[in-house]
Amino acid sequence: MVLLDFEKEIGKLQEQLEKAINIGQETGVDVSSMVSDLETKIIDEQEKLYSNLSSWERVQVSRHPERPYTLNYIDYITDNDFIELHGDRNVKDDKAMVGGFGTIDGETVMFIGQQKGINTKMRQYRNFGMANPEGYRKALRLMKLAEKFNKPIVTLIDTPGAFPGLEAEERGQGEAIARNIYEMFKLKVPVICIIIGEGASGGAIGIGVGDKVFMLENTWYSVISPESCSSILWRTWDYKIDAAKALKLTASDMFNNKLVDGIIKEPLGGAHNNPKEIFKTVKKVIKETLTELKKQDPEKRITTRINKYTDMGVFNEN
Amino acid sequence: MTEENNGWFNRVEQGINTETKDKKEIKEGLWYKCPACKEIVPKEDHEANLNVCVCGYHERVNAKRYFEILFDDNKYIELNADMTSADPLGFVDTKKYTDRLVATQKKSGLKDAITTVVGKIGTYDIVIAAMNFEFIGGSMGAVVGEKIARAIDYSIENKAPFMIISKSGGARMMEAAFSLMQMAKTSAKLTQLSDAKVPYISLLLDPTTGGVTASFAMLGDVNIAEPGALIGFAGPRVIRETIGRDLPEGFQRSEFVKEHGFLDYIVERKNLKNTLAQQLRMFAN
Repeated sequence: MVLLDFEKEIGKLQEQLEKAINIGQETGVDVSSMVSDLETKIIDEQEKLYSNLSSWERVQVSRHPERPYTLNYIDYITDNDFIELHGDRNVKDDKAMVGGFGTIDGETVMFIGQQKGINTKMRQYRNFGMANPEGYRKALRLMKLAEKFNKPIVTLIDTPGAFPGLEAEERGQGEAIARNIYEMFKLKVPVICIIIGEGASGGAIGIGVGDKVFMLENTWYSVISPESCSSILWRTWDYKIDAAKALKLTASDMFNNKLVDGIIKEPLGGAHNNPKEIFKTVKKVIKETLTELKKQDPEKRITTRINKYTDMGVFNEN
Repeated sequence: MTEENNGWFNRVEQGINTETKDKKEIKEGLWYKCPACKEIVPKEDHEANLNVCVCGYHERVNAKRYFEILFDDNKYIELNADMTSADPLGFVDTKKYTDRLVATQKKSGLKDAITTVVGKIGTYDIVIAAMNFEFIGGSMGAVVGEKIARAIDYSIENKAPFMIISKSGGARMMEAAFSLMQMAKTSAKLTQLSDAKVPYISLLLDPTTGGVTASFAMLGDVNIAEPGALIGFAGPRVIRETIGRDLPEGFQRSEFVKEHGFLDYIVERKNLKNTLAQQLRMFAN
């Protein structure tokens, strides 16, 4: 388990725990009370830490290298009954964006999401979860496919941003994202969006317009990353912690500002501490939300979706 | 190596030859110096030429100037003129957002980064939402979103074609996720405009980047631009840093964007009014 910089105390306790277990095994001395004592201490420490994470610490958890990614969720939720569909039918298959039909307890759902890699090689292969225009166009193709066969759509969002590359500009990154946002408002099927890691700006909202939008407890969603915000507004990279706080980018901030519809609780210590538990929770939320959304007539659902977003924004009128 | 023959970087002459007493002062307000060709022309001539230099460089001008250029007799009615930004996040960076707003309002004489108006081009009614780059980089906050939304409602009610003149660095960071959601909000309203079969013309000016490009600016029934405008999603600096090499000449300029298929046509400012009248006539007849 990779520990984050604010988890040092937990690291120390875990070390002690390992030592105690080793001593027990080597010497045959009864260490069980010491072990259980340390285990309790670790949980206490985690509870203390995680009940009071700062915005920047949550950003760190959202980027934890062992955090489950989109395909992990899909595999579990569909019990491996998933067929990945590739390509935008124009340029190529974007590896940073994945999607396909899968079933949840027998019911077919279109899953779409950004995919990050688990090691250096795979991170490059997945372009760090930064999609190009063809990724967004693949996503749109799959959404339309779902709509055609009246299947609901679930998007899993985890991206540090849409890729800012030369070819991306040539192929219209702006247009691709704009088109997706626009078309997502017109989809006649239910759309659920879940931020499972990073929700960075246009890259996130490009698959992020939904009837219900959820954020996992330790994720962030905003217009810019704290680092870039610091570099632009403070003109140095050093203010990422202040920027994270100022941006109000955590799940609870976003929920309190009525910009997302719900928060999904993560296991103690973050999703990576108990992937199965978070998969189960997410599956449950998807099932419940779909049941609720399907009760609505499609036209009504679209109007509700549009009204939800047109109500967003605070301003003064004198 | 001696000092004389390490040569090529030694100055032969002094850098500045002009004595201070001989220095030519250009009086503020009387002359315009083109940043592209460095030509200096009388401001009066420059304005008569719609702020376009003889070399073809289109100077960045504000919303008000476009209204002068486009509307018959400069007659138009402004919509929601008094709407101003709130500070829902209590945002503070190097200064408070509220202070920044007040300072910008004072300096620019504007209320926010967009002005929405209704007027006539030729015989055609048109609703125009024009962005003000001088207001925090033309950034899109809740006011920009709401004023566009209401302008679209006005267009739908009056069956009047709608145009957005985009000129923006993108989202307004001080409104963070509220700003991000304006991308969705404006796009949602455009679906309603489209359902009502009211035409939407998107005019992209120098510069149009970020969240504005990734929402309403790229969603026109026709997308048009002035020559040489910087149009893109990511800014050139970010792209240069990402790919680690220099960008080709003309990258992300209107001509490049048109060549890659994202603009319908490029129109010089002197032809803008006539072209729009023609375009509106074709939508109407």
